[in-house]
Amino acid sequence: MSANMTTERTQFNGLMRVLHWLMAAMVLTMLGIGVAMVASLGDYHTLVSIHRPLGIAILILVVIRLVTRLSSTLPAFPPTMSQQERLAAHASEMLLYTLLFVEPLVGWGMLSAARFPIVLFGSVHLFPILPHSVMVYAFLREAHTILAYLFFLTFIAHFGAILFHTLIVRDGMLGRMVPWRVRAR
Amino acid sequence: MAQLTANQEPKTTHGGGESVNPPGGSTLVRLAGIGILLLGVVAAFLYLGGWFSPRKLTPGRFVDEFQRVNGTYSGFRRNHAKGVCVRGFFDSNGQGTPLSKAVVFRSGRVPVIGRFSIGGGDPYAGDALSDVRGLGLQFSLSDGEQWRTAMVNLPVFPFKDAQAFYDNLVASQPDPTTHQPDPTKGAAFLASHPETARALGIIKSHAPSSGFDNSTFYGLNAFRFTNADGTTIPVRWSLVPVRPYEAASATEAGQDKNFLFDGLIASILQHPLQWHLILTVGQPGDPTNDATIPWPEGRETVDVGTLTLDSVESEETSPARDINFDPLVLPVGIAPSDDPLLSARSAIYSQSFTRRAGEKKLPSAIAPAEVQK
Repeated sequence: MSANMTTERTQFNGLMRVLHWLMAAMVLTMLGIGVAMVASLGDYHTLVSIHRPLGIAILILVVIRLVTRLSSTLPAFPPTMSQQERLAAHASEMLLYTLLFVEPLVGWGMLSAARFPIVLFGSVHLFPILPHSVMVYAFLREAHTILAYLFFLTFIAHFGAILFHTLIVRDGMLGRMVPWRVRAR
Repeated sequence: MAQLTANQEPKTTHGGGESVNPPGGSTLVRLAGIGILLLGVVAAFLYLGGWFSPRKLTPGRFVDEFQRVNGTYSGFRRNHAKGVCVRGFFDSNGQGTPLSKAVVFRSGRVPVIGRFSIGGGDPYAGDALSDVRGLGLQFSLSDGEQWRTAMVNLPVFPFKDAQAFYDNLVASQPDPTTHQPDPTKGAAFLASHPETARALGIIKSHAPSSGFDNSTFYGLNAFRFTNADGTTIPVRWSLVPVRPYEAASATEAGQDKNFLFDGLIASILQHPLQWHLILTVGQPGDPTNDATIPWPEGRETVDVGTLTLDSVESEETSPARDINFDPLVLPVGIAPSDDPLLSARSAIYSQSFTRRAGEKKLPSAIAPAEVQK
C-alpha cells in the first residue's frame, strides 16, 4: 500500500471484478447442483454432467484470479473497519481462495482415485492426478462434502458482512467490487 | 460475525468515513431484512438438498433399503454382491460404424475387464438357477474414453423406474418374526404394477441356461446412437453366447454352493468364452423410456463384433472389484435415452460404490484359490 494519495485505488481492477461476479455465480450454481445431485435419481446424470466441467472451469479461473490479484494494487479497506474486522475480512478471503483451489482439486482427485473418467466435453477428459485407490476415493469423497458445507457457510458470512456494510454501515464497501466504475470519494 | 461486534460503536471508532445512521427503526428493519435474506439463502440450499422432503426417494434411501433387505457386508456391492472377475478383449468388425461414431465400433481390438455376478446383496449366498446373472464390462478405448455397461440375463427389466424397484424391495422385506417376505405384500405390489407382472411373464418364458458361459446378457435400457453424419437412432444391445443354449438340468442345480461360478471358472480355464455383441435398432414409436417392454420382433439387428473373455480372477486380486459399472460411462457416439432408470442406476451405483469404497474388504466367496483349481 505504498501508492500515494492521488493514485490510490478505490476499486479492484476490472478483470478481478468480472472474475468475482462470474465465479460467485459459478460457485453458487456448483453448491446448489452438488447438494441437489446427491439427493437426486432422475436428474442425477444431468447435474453431474454439469458439475464436473464447471468445477474444472472454476479451478482454471481461480488460477487466473490469484495471479491477477498478486500482480495488481488492491483498494484499501474503508476507514469504518476496525482492526479486528480487517483481520476477519482478510482471513475469510484467504479461506474462500483456499476453498476455490482445494474443492475442485479434491473433486478431481477423488474421481482420479476411483478411476472414473472426468469428461469435460465430447471425448475430451482429464488425466488422473492420483493412483487408483478406493480408500483414497472414500476419504476425498467425504472431504468434498465437508468442504462444500464449509464453503457455503463461508459464503453466507461473506454475503452477510457485505449486506451489513452496504445497508447498515453504508460505507460504500460494495463499490470496491461492483462491475461498473465507481469514482473515488 | 466480527463485523457485528466491531460495528456496534461505529461512530466513536473512526472519523472521516461516511456518516453512520444512528440506530433506529429503519436500521432495525434493514437488519431484519438482512437476516431474512440470509435465512432464505440457507433455506434454498437445504431445499435443493432435499432436507424438507424426508420421504423423497434418494440414492441414499434406496441403498438403505437394499441393506435392510439383504444385510450389510463390509466392502461389497449392495446388490450383485457375489461375483468373479474376468479379462479379455472385444474385436470390433466395423459393422457398428454406420450406427455410431463411437471409437469402440471401428474395426480393431479393445481391452475389456469385467465381472460376472448374481443378484442379491449377500456375497456368500449359494448360487441358484433362478438368480439374476449379471455381467459388468469396461471397454478401454484407444482414445482414452471408456464404455461401461452392466447387463443381466433378463430380456426385460421387471421395474419401469427406481420407485417401482424400491417399492418392490420394501414389499419383499422379510418379516421380523417369520424371516420370510409377506406374500400378500408381493401380490399387492404386482396388482399395482401391471408392467412388472407383464415383464415377469416374459422373463419366465426364457428359461435360464445351464451356466454363465451360455447365457445371453441384455443391456436392458435403450440408448441413443449417433453416427458420423449426425443421425441419431435408438438402440438396445445384447451379448449372445457363441456356446449354444443348454437348458439347466435339475440335477446340476443344488450340487455345490458356487456351482454357477465354479462352472464359469472351469469353462474359461478350458478355453476362452465368446459372445457376439448384437445391436437392435429401434423404429419410431418403439418405447425408449421403459425397460419393462420389449421391442417388437423383427427389428433390425447388427452383429458388431465378438467379446472374448480368456482369463478369470477372484475379486480379491482383480481391479474389477473396484470398478463402478455405471451404465452412463459412455463414449461419444452413445448417449442415454429418455429412460428414467438410467440416471437412477447411475446415482444408486455411485451411492453403493461410495459406501463400499471406504469399508474394510472382506474375503470374496470365490477365493483366489478357487479360480486356480
